[in-house]
Amino acid sequence: MVIKGNIALSENGFIFNPSTGDSFTLNNTGKEVLILIKEGRNISQIMELLSEKYDIDRISLERYISDFVNDLSANNLMEEE
Amino acid sequence: MSRLKVTIAVTGLNNIDSPGPGIPVIRGIRESPDFDTRIIGLAYEHLEPGIYMRDLVDKTYMIPYPAEGKEALFRRLEEIHIREKLDVIIPNFDAELFSFIKLEKKLKDIGIKTYLPTMEQFDERNKSNLSAYGDKYGVKVPSGLEVFSIADLDNTLKSMNYPVMIKGKYYDAYKANSFEQAVNYFSKVSAKWGLPVIIQEFIRGTEVNVIALGDGKGNLIAAVPMRKQYITDKGKAWGGITIDDRSMLELAGKIISQTKWKGGMELELIRSAENELYLLEINPRIPAWVYLAVGAGQNIPEALLKLTLGMEVRPFKTYAVGKMFVRYSYDMIVDLELFSRLTTSGEL
Repeated sequence: MVIKGNIALSENGFIFNPSTGDSFTLNNTGKEVLILIKEGRNISQIMELLSEKYDIDRISLERYISDFVNDLSANNLMEEE
Repeated sequence: MSRLKVTIAVTGLNNIDSPGPGIPVIRGIRESPDFDTRIIGLAYEHLEPGIYMRDLVDKTYMIPYPAEGKEALFRRLEEIHIREKLDVIIPNFDAELFSFIKLEKKLKDIGIKTYLPTMEQFDERNKSNLSAYGDKYGVKVPSGLEVFSIADLDNTLKSMNYPVMIKGKYYDAYKANSFEQAVNYFSKVSAKWGLPVIIQEFIRGTEVNVIALGDGKGNLIAAVPMRKQYITDKGKAWGGITIDDRSMLELAGKIISQTKWKGGMELELIRSAENELYLLEINPRIPAWVYLAVGAGQNIPEALLKLTLGMEVRPFKTYAVGKMFVRYSYDMIVDLELFSRLTTSGEL
């Protein structure tokens, strides 16, 4: 699970893909998850960190993170495995 | 170092919703530190906005429409040249390029330089020859055919799936979702641009363009890829962003080197959902969004001017990725006296 190297993420959660010209805006949680992915954490590590921080059940958290990662992938922001 | 004085005539002053490239070309040239320029506008219509942009255009002359033929154009250019001592003409319309290419030598003989593709290069990249072009240079192009009548159109559409693109010989492209729409657009486009009309397979994807400049010896002097971000109902980019797309640059380099293209060009491309590039059109001149390339670090109008004057131009190697242009409209207030002077005397 690796974000493409040339993807730029700004402080305010704005993502720019210089290869395609696509841009996206993340909310704070999305930004937090993206930073964790960029740091090289896998889904279970991200779940651990977020479940300590937020009041959410594991099933919902897993679904949200998995949806988010799928969105990143569908929008060409992830390296192909 | 003193700046070189040069008088340049430029067409394409129609800075309207489907803009000509004249004004951005002039902006690029005006920003050059190497030239002290006098800009002569050449206009076809009295209301081309560039005529009234007096900070960019020093003087404008009306010129005859391409339909009046190249001799009428040459006579008018001679008249203008006697008064203005033109060094260079930069034509910016597809429809006038035929005449200017034909007149290249005659213009040179009276001291006016141009920097244009050859007639063979110009013809080869014609929309109606695009399939053959794709085969020859190994570029994917949407399937397409030229049609000359409604009956032709009917026959062609039997073997195609909707939607299809209906395109004019020089300008205009419409997406037709049914036979009725196709007939409507065929009539509209043929009335405006003549026959044939090109019927092209519709490729779903993202519209991306490359502006490029070739030196006529196979060298790519400049190239900047752009993604359209906002597209008007006329299919024109109203906003765009420079992107880092190696494959588009490689394609531009390949086409420029294989064809030995001389002058500016624009590749109109679609990146399909399968991530494949399709070449939709090759425009044989600088596009209206050229100022984005200037803003991204490649002053293509200045480079074109230098090539025209026989000066050495080193190929650009970089450009800024993520630079955007956002087009806008602006109402100028013009005194009737200026308009009347232009309409009665043909110059302003």
